[in-house]
Amino acid sequence: MFWIAALMAVGGAAGVVLQRNPFYSVLSLVVHLISLAVLFLLLRAEFLAAAQVIVYAGAVMVLYVFVVAYVGGLEDPLTEPNPALRTAAPLFAGALLIELGIAIVGSGLKAIDTHGPHLGAGFGSPSEIGALFLTKFLFPFEVVSLLLLVAAVGAVALARPAASADRELARDRVSAGMSASSQSGD
Amino acid sequence: MSATTYAWLVIAFPLAGSIVIALGWRSLPGRTAGWIGSAAIGLAFLNAIAALVQLQDKPAGARHLQSSLWDYVSTVGINAKLGILVDPLSVFMILVVSGVSFLIHVYSVAYMDSDRGYRRYFSYLNFFVFSMLLLVLAGNFVLLIVGWAFVGFASYALISFWYRRRTATYAGIKAFVINVVGDVGLVLAAILLQRETGSLEFAGVFSRAPHVFDRNEWLIVAICLLILVGAFAKSAQIPLHTWLPDAMEGPTPVSALIHAATMVTAGVYLIARAHPLFELAPTAADISAAIGALTLLFAASVALVVTDLKRIIAYSTISQIGYMIMGVSIAAYSAGLFHLMTHAFFKALMFMTAGSVIAAMAGEQNIDRISGMRRALPFTFRAFLFAALALAAFPGFAGYFSKDEILGFAAERGGGYWIFFAVGTAGAVMTGVYAFRMIFRCFAGAPNDEALELERGELPHGEHFNPMTGEKEDTDVGFPGPEHHIAERERPMAVPMLLLALLSLGGGLVQIPGATHVVEHFLDPSFTDSPLAQISTSSGIEALALIAGAAASLTGIGIAYLFWVRNPGSSLRLAARLRGLHAFLAHKWYFDELYDVVFVRPARTLGQVASNVFERSVVQGLVGGTAFAVRVGNSIVRVVQSGILRYYALLLLTGVSALALYFLAVSR
Amino acid sequence: MDIVWYLVLSALIFCIGALGVLTRRSPLVILISLELMLNGGNLALAAFARMTGTSDGQVFALIVMIVAAAEVVVGLGLIVAMYRSRLPMDVDEMSELKG
Repeated sequence: MFWIAALMAVGGAAGVVLQRNPFYSVLSLVVHLISLAVLFLLLRAEFLAAAQVIVYAGAVMVLYVFVVAYVGGLEDPLTEPNPALRTAAPLFAGALLIELGIAIVGSGLKAIDTHGPHLGAGFGSPSEIGALFLTKFLFPFEVVSLLLLVAAVGAVALARPAASADRELARDRVSAGMSASSQSGD
Repeated sequence: MSATTYAWLVIAFPLAGSIVIALGWRSLPGRTAGWIGSAAIGLAFLNAIAALVQLQDKPAGARHLQSSLWDYVSTVGINAKLGILVDPLSVFMILVVSGVSFLIHVYSVAYMDSDRGYRRYFSYLNFFVFSMLLLVLAGNFVLLIVGWAFVGFASYALISFWYRRRTATYAGIKAFVINVVGDVGLVLAAILLQRETGSLEFAGVFSRAPHVFDRNEWLIVAICLLILVGAFAKSAQIPLHTWLPDAMEGPTPVSALIHAATMVTAGVYLIARAHPLFELAPTAADISAAIGALTLLFAASVALVVTDLKRIIAYSTISQIGYMIMGVSIAAYSAGLFHLMTHAFFKALMFMTAGSVIAAMAGEQNIDRISGMRRALPFTFRAFLFAALALAAFPGFAGYFSKDEILGFAAERGGGYWIFFAVGTAGAVMTGVYAFRMIFRCFAGAPNDEALELERGELPHGEHFNPMTGEKEDTDVGFPGPEHHIAERERPMAVPMLLLALLSLGGGLVQIPGATHVVEHFLDPSFTDSPLAQISTSSGIEALALIAGAAASLTGIGIAYLFWVRNPGSSLRLAARLRGLHAFLAHKWYFDELYDVVFVRPARTLGQVASNVFERSVVQGLVGGTAFAVRVGNSIVRVVQSGILRYYALLLLTGVSALALYFLAVSR
Repeated sequence: MDIVWYLVLSALIFCIGALGVLTRRSPLVILISLELMLNGGNLALAAFARMTGTSDGQVFALIVMIVAAAEVVVGLGLIVAMYRSRLPMDVDEMSELKG
């Protein structure tokens, strides 16, 4: 089970990165997310898996799909015109991978070589997570709610249509040279 | 309330007045600021009287009160307090200072009326009085130096009051620089005293000094000489006197207050206060008396020749303070201080009348152009006459008794001190001459154009110009105001002049030798520790002094009469014949030129060298070079800021990998 | 499975996501790759939670998910804004931070 889910996760990830059409990238991400949910289930994180599917694969991906549909998928070439970046990027990513690998394999944590301790029945259940949220992690919980509020307000502010006078101005500015990109187009 | 409380109030009122006027200047229309300032000083004067009364209630031996508000510094052996000393000497000084200041404030209310800087003037003037009172009431060297410095600043601010007049700002700078030289001397003296006697309080220092120093030991002489540097800078004695004539650039009431009645007397006060030290170092006292005598002659000689009215009076001040310095240096303390008091009266009056005359001349100060003002300015003429008679020590007037008491004391001490008697008498003759030179030149003779205009009832108006250089001026802020005010028309000017005239006449009656001794007995408790002050002049010597003084004064007045009334033009003929001497005197004995060569030119050369050579190569090189290096580095580092997002991401990733690598390596 | 394989997998996903961020030019795809990286992190957290037997790691992963959602909101808002102002959807063109 693990290997199937793992393979699908890696495949989805590769698909995200390697597809040219953004729409296909989004679909690959959905696949990736669902396989990740399966992996979470394997790790006895049931609530987490459910949240992944509902929130991530459900809401966030839908958002992405909307935006891709609105913005349109531009096919951009895969080969990097900039030679420096072309070699540097895979190099560094590979370097990072190797380092992480060394870290994991050579890590002193003996427990990672096991299946993990024997867990009680309630591990990973919503009630346990909920209890933790309300006791030990109360402060992060509150902060995160505030963060969501801020994000919502920010989204509204970003998505506001420009006042009609500004729109003319925005068009002018845009045609002039696109200098004040951060001000116009809210 | 006790005397010390009154003393604190004496200091507080002018300070409050200054702050109130300074902060609320926008909302003080017309002459309000002037009346507020005058009221502040008036209250100070009343409190000074109250302090006097309270002090006199105490037995003579106990008239030495100290009061301190808080400690400034209380550390390794140094204990400096914000403390005042109320004893007869300081009460005497605050009475004179606040009394005369009050009259001058009232005078200024009218005199400065149309000036745009009216409120600034009164704020500064109040601040000056506050600092002078602080200086005089100080109970330790620290507060004395604080008051000393404040007074110097106030003097600078008021001399340069008409700040757009270049000559005025130069004069202010000159005064301040010379003042600072004096400050340095005083501070050094205080440091040495603290080191030797372990205390900064007057009481402590003076009581311990006789035990710490041997008589005429070089250290105490040096300390006294340093104190003298401070005293001479403030009191405009040779060689630190060149600032006072130039200080006449300030408004006339300022000259009256600061440069006649109060600030320049600070040096006299200092020597009187530090008299235990001077009596321990007779050499320094003798040097001081000698310089006082020399200054006396020098200033009187120059006053015979200069033609600017205010500058004649300025040199007269220098000369009279020479008398005072001579007096307190030879231990004639009460005599010297008595002369301080009478001089304050008649010199302030003289400046006030001069202000009226100059106003009548629409700003002209050169006596070559003033004549015949007798009928045009009757009140001013009579006031000036009183002042001149007092200055010339005409028998019966205040100056007569005070000056001759000093000379009498000198004669009494005998021996080499007869020189001072002789010098003083010679100076008295010259004083009579120049005092009446002013009277006869300005008031006698045929009326000039302005006088005729005034007799017709109109106040002369002319172009506004700088009296010294003739440059044109306007009447906006920074220059004198458009209106001129004379005493005949302004009550606030006339009343103080009247009071001072009466004091010039009757002020001497409090200390007639052989008869009344009010001042002397009052000041006695301050000088009980001085053996020399106990010398009282015998009646024979007193009579000699009185007769000699009267003779000198009448001789001087007679000479002036001959030169300027009987044979008009004879002074010019004499000047033509003694051209060299005349030039020497007219150039003030070439002191300014000497200082220019010795101090100013080398300093300027040094400045130019510094500016051209040092500044250009070293400083510019350093600063410019650093900026250049930074710029080069910047252009190197700028390459990273390419603006392309992915480069940034790459850098981020690189950083993370590097960190991970580091941690891996460390954990191995 | 041994926990170690989960960790290897999460590292792999993270690095693929990093590669995507560095290589692609469309901001949309970059955001998606960013999501990948976050997911990789989530996986590692869940694995460690399993390893230690406490649920703290899962709570952390949940919070990461919430933060990712917030970030997506803002990022997509930015992309929409870019589109509306007719700016080219190319990260290299947006180089106004150039110093």
